[in-house]
Amino acid sequence: MRAKSAFLTVAHRLAILAYIAFALFPLFWLLKVAVTPNDLLYSEGIRLWPSRASLEHFDFVLRHSAFPVFFRNSLIVSGSTAVVVTILASLSGYALSRFRFRGKYWLVTLMLLTQMFPLVMLVAPIFKILSPLGLTNSLTGLVIVYSAFNVPFATFLMQSFFDGIPKDLEEAAMIDGATQFVAFRQIILPLTLPGIAATLGFVFTAAWSELLFSLMLISGNEQATFPVGLLSFVSKFSVDFGQMMAAGVLALIPACLFFLLIQRYLVQGLTAGAVKG
Amino acid sequence: MASIDIANIQKSYGPHPVLHDVDLKIRDGEFVVLVGPSGCGKSTLLRMIAGLESVTAGEIRIAGRRVNELAPKDRDIAMVFQSYALYPHMSVARNMSYSLRLRKTPKERIATVVAGAAAKLGLDPLLERRPRALSGGQRQRVAMGRAIVRQPKAFLFDEPLSNLDARLREQMRAEIKKLHKDLGATSIYVTHDQIEAMTLADRIVAMNAGVVQQVGSPLDLYDRPANLFVAGFIGSPGMNFFEGTYHAGDRPLFETAGNIGIPLDSSAPLANNARATLGIRPEHIVLAGHGPETLLATVDLVEPTGFGIILHLSLGRSGFKAFTNDRSFLTVSGTIPVHFPAHSLHFFDGEGNRV
Repeated sequence: MRAKSAFLTVAHRLAILAYIAFALFPLFWLLKVAVTPNDLLYSEGIRLWPSRASLEHFDFVLRHSAFPVFFRNSLIVSGSTAVVVTILASLSGYALSRFRFRGKYWLVTLMLLTQMFPLVMLVAPIFKILSPLGLTNSLTGLVIVYSAFNVPFATFLMQSFFDGIPKDLEEAAMIDGATQFVAFRQIILPLTLPGIAATLGFVFTAAWSELLFSLMLISGNEQATFPVGLLSFVSKFSVDFGQMMAAGVLALIPACLFFLLIQRYLVQGLTAGAVKG
Repeated sequence: MASIDIANIQKSYGPHPVLHDVDLKIRDGEFVVLVGPSGCGKSTLLRMIAGLESVTAGEIRIAGRRVNELAPKDRDIAMVFQSYALYPHMSVARNMSYSLRLRKTPKERIATVVAGAAAKLGLDPLLERRPRALSGGQRQRVAMGRAIVRQPKAFLFDEPLSNLDARLREQMRAEIKKLHKDLGATSIYVTHDQIEAMTLADRIVAMNAGVVQQVGSPLDLYDRPANLFVAGFIGSPGMNFFEGTYHAGDRPLFETAGNIGIPLDSSAPLANNARATLGIRPEHIVLAGHGPETLLATVDLVEPTGFGIILHLSLGRSGFKAFTNDRSFLTVSGTIPVHFPAHSLHFFDGEGNRV
């Protein structure tokens, strides 16, 4: 019995290790290429680590390319989108979770419907709409478009988090003397922090890696976000893999930091102890 | 403290009525228990008093003031939820003081009141803990503490004990009763447990299918149930019922559907040959006797409970139960004599109402 459970534990760990290796290998390869000097890139064949590692690509990317601009733009666009979407989705998710109102069914259907169209179909009309408003080639335009695309899904996400919080809690707060909004702010919102963190993270990464609209709506390096910027490492005759990967590694940093920041809320089950059991 | 008047209250969800014309006057300081099976509308009624459900028709007055349109926060009532509904991100002390903080009560006063309530409920050592670090009974106490710091006009309890184990429930039941004695607060208590209703209430309101069946003191409902529903709901094991026909005459007789004649000591307030239901509580059946009023019942099953013995008996095709404290019945089998004393009989007419 004991040997069997030990065996199962080992098998379990091995399976997890295999999964992690599989999931993280592309990231490892990104890092490997980023630190491989150009002269070794094609000459060493396939090796897990180059015989000589250097940070020259990072140095170039940071000092001689427009990457810092892309990086700043991406940070602005993704951060703003994440904040805007999370605020809107919290309010609408709460409404969908707690209120009964006319047209709710149709509203939800409509929101689902928006998720069914391939984005490519919408590029031309959106360009047509934004162009006369002066919102093409502008970070604001990107924030608006990203927000519009992310609000429906984020709303459903937030709604499910609100659904998970017992209604008794805000009823108790209202009997204790709170208005519905005060109950929302002081009781429900603090308990939804994991949900808010998840939504922030989800929207941030979605906006961070979005390429299609950024490519179509932005021209020139000044307003380009980082995924578009990466393409500038592809020239007519060659692809500068080392620099591209170095930029890629740098682009991972804010996403990692962001998740580090919110992971406390992601893992914490704050509602434990609220009600029975 | 305040009286609560409920006048012709109705509640419907869309076309579905869930409460029909409930009329109830609750006196200042009274402990009223709403009791009934799940879905009878008792919780809905309580939530309407709290302001958590809208009132379809009728009027609710707290301390003489109409509250139909008043938000829960303006009704000055406290409620203890079945789920306790403690705020998980606040310590016990902050849970208890939340209502006072919302009302901008001075800090010193909050500290005094919370300390007082904590002492009363034995929560002193737990004040800095979060709800998740408490046991079920402790959470229940915090929920009570949260209600009493306010000194509200009335306390509402929504099945507050049903998540506790049997032993703890008994203990908390006594504590609630003691607390009510101390505070003298108007209380409305919802439960489906008739023992809780019997032990706690000044007055019981028995409800079924959205209709009030009977309002009265616990012993009223036990001794003189107004109809078949109340008769069957109050008491454990439940009252025995025999459907049949009443035959008046010198020797009045109740003939069950299974053609067993139950001789009656005296005449019943029923017309000759009237269809009726005869009811008798298991603990009132006399398991002895001889003579014309004694019947022979077959013993089907003997259930010892420690406190007493429940005998499953049958007369012809009709099964019934008898309760006795006499341990000599532990080993009975075959048939035993039974007698239904006239003063313990309940008669219900064709509509199920007491006659």
